[in-house]
Amino acid sequence: MSDLSYVRKEMQPELPPPTRTTGPIAWMRENLFSSPSNTIGTILALVFVAWIVPPLYSFLIGNAVFSDPEGLRGEACRFEGVGACWIFIQGRINFFIYGFFPFDEIWRINLMFAIGVVLLIPLLTPKAPFVRTAAVLFFLVYPFVAYWLMAGGTFLGVALRPVPTGQWGGLTLTLIISLIGIIVSMPLGILLALGRQSKLPIVKTFCVGFIELWRAVPLITVLFMASVMFPLFMPQGVNPDTLLRAIIGICLFQSAYMAEVVRGGLQAMPRGQFEAAYALGLSKVKTMGLVILPQALKHVIPGIVNNFIALFKDTSLVSIIGIFELLNTVRSAGSDANWSSPTHAVTGYIFAGFLFWAFCFAMSRYSIFMENRLHTGHKR
Amino acid sequence: MSLELDVDHQPDRTKMSVSKTDVAVEIVGMNKWYGDFHVLRDINLKVMRGERIVIAGPSGSGKSTLIRCINRLEEHQDGQIVVDGIELTSDLKRIDEVRREVGMVFQHFNLFPHLTILQNLTLAPIWVRGTPKAEAEEIAMKYLERVKIPEQANKFPGQLSGGQQQRVAIARSLCMNPKIMLFDEPTSALDPEMIKEVLEVMVQLAEDGMTMLCVTHEMGFARQVANRVIFMDQGQIIEQNEPEAFFDNPQHERTKLFLSQILH
Repeated sequence: MSDLSYVRKEMQPELPPPTRTTGPIAWMRENLFSSPSNTIGTILALVFVAWIVPPLYSFLIGNAVFSDPEGLRGEACRFEGVGACWIFIQGRINFFIYGFFPFDEIWRINLMFAIGVVLLIPLLTPKAPFVRTAAVLFFLVYPFVAYWLMAGGTFLGVALRPVPTGQWGGLTLTLIISLIGIIVSMPLGILLALGRQSKLPIVKTFCVGFIELWRAVPLITVLFMASVMFPLFMPQGVNPDTLLRAIIGICLFQSAYMAEVVRGGLQAMPRGQFEAAYALGLSKVKTMGLVILPQALKHVIPGIVNNFIALFKDTSLVSIIGIFELLNTVRSAGSDANWSSPTHAVTGYIFAGFLFWAFCFAMSRYSIFMENRLHTGHKR
Repeated sequence: MSLELDVDHQPDRTKMSVSKTDVAVEIVGMNKWYGDFHVLRDINLKVMRGERIVIAGPSGSGKSTLIRCINRLEEHQDGQIVVDGIELTSDLKRIDEVRREVGMVFQHFNLFPHLTILQNLTLAPIWVRGTPKAEAEEIAMKYLERVKIPEQANKFPGQLSGGQQQRVAIARSLCMNPKIMLFDEPTSALDPEMIKEVLEVMVQLAEDGMTMLCVTHEMGFARQVANRVIFMDQGQIIEQNEPEAFFDNPQHERTKLFLSQILH
């Protein structure tokens, strides 16, 4: 019989893998101690954790003040080695969330948020029912209802006590500014991106000029222009609301950035997609809306969400023109003598930072979810 | 490259009739430049309804550009192109009219990757012709069955093989019920096994009497399905003839050289 020929007579049974390749020890060996440099890294990380965790624990929990049964306010936090002054947050939470809004009217804000959430859920959930109804209500009806709930006045025969925008503030205002910024800058950015690629010289020049102008100016400058310079150019008596001016400034500023992100997506589209759509008889507008934009926008979801997150955080800049968004309420509450203590201000900033982080993290996770959902297994 | 058409279903030429009077496409004295480069020179071509024309030639000879001028994916600068009685000018309305009547199949399929196969097929009927969705889907399924992949209707293009994608692309064009079909190297991006399944669909289409202009290197298809072969080089039509005469007795030196290089 020759050495080159072989025929299997029995099939090999399936065996479990050897223990050294599974289980926690194997996992650690593979992930934490696979090489000398990896081992050093692991040890350094452990040392760092051991160094940072105990003081953090004692500040945030161990020595922190959680309750104030005697109503001492700041005094309760005035002792040696005090940790976070959580009672400061508890005591001023309404101010942080609702700003100077009259306290007996805050049900209006709560109602506004409740309606917003109810309408947003079907819009953000894939394959949810009533998407169209929710979209119409959210984009066309909700803004007016929300404005009425916030500003007061008479709407559909129901009169609410007027609240000037100067009394709006806190987390409410941060969310209002960012939501308006997001909803306005997205379509505006798309239009600018399309305009920038237009063959019509006037449209193109306008879009390029607009984008380059707004991108070249810091947001703080935009806000100062809106609040200080703008009224100087207006005729006497015409003085649009400061908040409105700030929101318009933010929207235009963000739309310029959005335009460039969208343009990146448009440029990544292969010419064949345009040609196939044109060859089927689709007009330019329908080609854009049905074939190109859905794909281009999907490609740039990370960039778009990046902009949304930046916008959300940038809303804190409106505090420099005297608008009391979340960070400004926290800061101003911090200078309240009743609450003065070694740590209440830091605690306030930790709280504000955590809120910002929570919203941004939620946006980031949602964008990852959408990316995965829209991925249809193609790379052409 | 061989002159045998390697498909299970051999073409039946008796079914393919050509109209004597009805003109599908007429190109007169057409010239085109890319900047200074003269890509198409004095093209004259008359295609009757029901004709199957294969356009062959070396790469860069302008054959793709020629058929892309017929649905105005490329603009010509001089001469006349009349498609189904409509002259192509810069008038957008006419261009859209022509594109509705002319189907096109591309080398790289160009399916819409964000839509399912069924949505790919119904997009144009719904949005261009205003066909109701249910009816468009019914028509789409009919054509998917014709290209033998109805079971893929709810998949995405990225999940299909190249041959399947190209058959979907053909079905997508057919859903618009075109009078003329343009094929731009439909099998050049495919593996040999898949070329066969696509060619079979094209043979069927020819038997149904479709007017076809086909840029391809499949000489077997040219010989057995086409009723005319056009050879192009340097942006010009060098030679055209019936397939028998074209392959067995080429006249121009350039044609002889080309055929000797691609046929063994």
